[in-house]
Amino acid sequence: MTTSLIGARVARKEDYRFLTGSGQYTDDVAFPGQTYAAFVRSPHAHAALRSVKIDKAKRAPGVLAVYTGADLAAAKVGGLPCGWLITDVNGQPMKEPPYPALAQGKVRHVGERVAVVIAESAAQARDAAELVDVDYQPLPVVASATKARKGPALHEIAPDNTCYVWALGDKNAVDAAFAKAAHVTKLEFVNNRLVPNAIEPRSVNATYSRADESYTLYVASQNPHVERLLMTAFVLGLPENKVRVVAPDVGGGFGSKIYLYAEDVVCTWAAKQLARPVKWTADRSEAFVSDAHGRDHVTTAELALGSEGNFLAMRVRTTANLGAYLSTFASCVPTILYATLLAGQYTTPAIFCEVTAVFTNTTPVDAYRGAGRPEATYVVERLVETAAREMKIDPAELRKRNFIRKFPYQTPVALQYDTGNYDATLEAAMKIGDVAGFRDRREQSQRRGKLRGLGYACYIEACGIAPSNVAGALGARAGLYEAGEIRVHPTGTVTVFTGSHAHGQGHETTFAQVVADRLGLSMEQVDIVHGDTSKVLFGMGTYGSRSIAVGGTAIVKALDKVVAKGKKIAAHLLEASEGDIEYERGVFKVAGTDKKKTFGEVAFAAYVPHNYPLDKLEPGLNENAFYDPANFTFPAGSYVCEVEVDRETGAAQIVAFTAVDDFGKVINPMIVEGQVHGGLAQGIGQALTENCAYDDTGQLVSGSLADYCIPRATDLPLFKIDTRETPCTHNPLGVKGCGEAGAIGAPAAVMNAITDALGVKDVPMPATAQNLWRAMTRA
Amino acid sequence: MSVKVSMKVNGKPVSAELEERTLLVTFIRENLRLTGTHVGCDTAQCGACTVHMNGRAIKSCSIVAMQAEGADILTIEGVAHADGTLHPMQAAFKENHGLQCGFCTPGMVMNALDFAKSHPSPTEQEVRESLEGNLCRCTGYHNIVKSIMAGARAMAAAK
Repeated sequence: MTTSLIGARVARKEDYRFLTGSGQYTDDVAFPGQTYAAFVRSPHAHAALRSVKIDKAKRAPGVLAVYTGADLAAAKVGGLPCGWLITDVNGQPMKEPPYPALAQGKVRHVGERVAVVIAESAAQARDAAELVDVDYQPLPVVASATKARKGPALHEIAPDNTCYVWALGDKNAVDAAFAKAAHVTKLEFVNNRLVPNAIEPRSVNATYSRADESYTLYVASQNPHVERLLMTAFVLGLPENKVRVVAPDVGGGFGSKIYLYAEDVVCTWAAKQLARPVKWTADRSEAFVSDAHGRDHVTTAELALGSEGNFLAMRVRTTANLGAYLSTFASCVPTILYATLLAGQYTTPAIFCEVTAVFTNTTPVDAYRGAGRPEATYVVERLVETAAREMKIDPAELRKRNFIRKFPYQTPVALQYDTGNYDATLEAAMKIGDVAGFRDRREQSQRRGKLRGLGYACYIEACGIAPSNVAGALGARAGLYEAGEIRVHPTGTVTVFTGSHAHGQGHETTFAQVVADRLGLSMEQVDIVHGDTSKVLFGMGTYGSRSIAVGGTAIVKALDKVVAKGKKIAAHLLEASEGDIEYERGVFKVAGTDKKKTFGEVAFAAYVPHNYPLDKLEPGLNENAFYDPANFTFPAGSYVCEVEVDRETGAAQIVAFTAVDDFGKVINPMIVEGQVHGGLAQGIGQALTENCAYDDTGQLVSGSLADYCIPRATDLPLFKIDTRETPCTHNPLGVKGCGEAGAIGAPAAVMNAITDALGVKDVPMPATAQNLWRAMTRA
Repeated sequence: MSVKVSMKVNGKPVSAELEERTLLVTFIRENLRLTGTHVGCDTAQCGACTVHMNGRAIKSCSIVAMQAEGADILTIEGVAHADGTLHPMQAAFKENHGLQCGFCTPGMVMNALDFAKSHPSPTEQEVRESLEGNLCRCTGYHNIVKSIMAGARAMAAAK
């Protein structure tokens, strides 16, 4: 093979099964003796449980068991753990209230699990769940972040509903800079709460074998090993070696399938009680109240500028709504993944951010595509664009005046950017988006009764999560490396095992490209296996755009070991010294000669070691590696959005969207473009259509896909996208990650365009026709 | 109460005793074990359950199985050729990267097959409007739109 597979638009290996209906998602799995679980969920946002009567339900047709919180407490089933400890401004640990899998005495949000019914059929389980008689004593409710601290207490441990007050940055330096600023731009806004809404609802199917006292759990998860670790070590106290977790095909995650959920725990526990397989699949209404939500920040942000528009300092105060309980990674999202990104692409010398994280009577909030970084980008890029307008400086020009251009760059908020070229992406985006022609297009729109606006967003994100020692110092309770294994078969084909789970990202193709390219094999000779703890050695899973940068590097490290051993074998076969063996894409050569052995010949010799240095080398060719990243990676890019707003109705339409990203080296541009498209759609969804709304009584008023508007095809344009490349300096592939970029950069670009169109300072997200019509009427 | 239901699915006659309330999608997935047809919502928004009934795309979550008595049902499992070769619409999705996680994909393909019959050379806008009842959370529709435009043309050319 002569042409490189790196950078090639290879069609996906996984497509055939999905296109023919032969994918296998968790709900597609059915075992002999299958039973079905239905959860009884609280209709109240906050209530004491006076009694939970299950007799009628137990007697209903097909019912095998009904369990309540009392059963789990009696069995000493633990609560759901939080994986990240945040230390507050006073050096105290965050407040960690218990998070029971089934409610103990109280419910704290609509949809909280009170009991579970297990029956022979799904319909029987649901019917019987209706017969569980719960006597609720409603309690006062607080549903919004801003009212939380003075609202009724959810947890004894946190009487003011405050989980932590946390800060980052040099407050005195920031205050001093503001005191001498030529201009201060201030914005107050809400980063709207979102519901991830992967199209596959969460699902779990747990089995228990009395024969060897082992459990197998099929679950729609982004990280099966993490699921197993949390469940065995913290909740059920099971021996880890007796639990196999399989995350088969998973229909999208976007963060919502990272976490250990109560349903997973309950079904696993119940499978042993009944010695039967127990399956639960959420319907969409359940997903709305039980999947972890995203965002929900209330923020006041200020930017201090010098007279020439140079950024002097930034001051940010955010109240983050964590919901009723601490979900698995909830605590690190509005802190570690948020405040550290507030430098953006700029040389702002002083930044201070204070975050108050509160409990409310709402569904728990955790990482959703971007996780903290979209919120940070929204702060920075709305401030910068607003400052430009206020100071009458072109928004692109203002950005250029403040771009970081020397790398490595140490920000005032803990991160060190290794590389980047922000001028390159901004200039490309302006050219592709034809910013020069905008004035004409605006006039044309005006003639058609439309207000046209243009907005930029220049985002940065920290991906490749994460150096374990850094994460540990910041409170992570886990390591954040990744694992990979290369199993070379005797005839030279290869199976690769990776801890990076794929649920739409196309790892089975991208990772195979990396391996096939390095070993000189065809794509057909390489298979990628993920998502099964009984096959894959270990893994921390897929989130934070980490797969290629961390999981891909683990595979490369294992490949290096394969090649190193291959050189020893080749040296023996070629009767040369090991130091003289050169390796290039599947061929071992003696330097300066035409003597060579192919990768296949070396693999065969390793497994049929008749002519082999058995005294010095083990037979076989199978290597694994764990890779712990040296730093985060820093993808960045520039987005230009153009919108038209109808003067009469307030309806906004995205008429052009240009995205130019720097993801470092790109392995498969087709897949990368697809990731950008999807991210943009979710970012545009946040800006234009999506809003998870609670009323004052804590009822979710956008609890179905009929009420919560995820973008339809007609809401979106064809995107114009391109990439620029500054390779990551600290991983061998030079890759940075691309999964979240669109969702991070898009909201600010859209809202900058909309406020430009309307000529107003701010409009709340989502910019629905109603919100825009109101803004126009006021203006 | 149970009721006997008979229909043809992917060309094969099938029948079963079902509870009256059994949805067509439940019959297809649970009784026939044809799990390529998916359920993504409970309000008929997402379209992941789209199948053909007597040649028309319908949402199989929105009718009970006995409404399909005697009908001819086509699911995603019946779309590719007998030798496993992809149908031109399926091939177009693959070539244009019109799928990521694959969960909405069967519904997208089934809807597109029906749409393409009446739109041999659709415009981008026509395709977007045809997707009103099919939700995708992965692709931003960009490559789905391209796939359907290419697939419709390929189907027309193959006639």
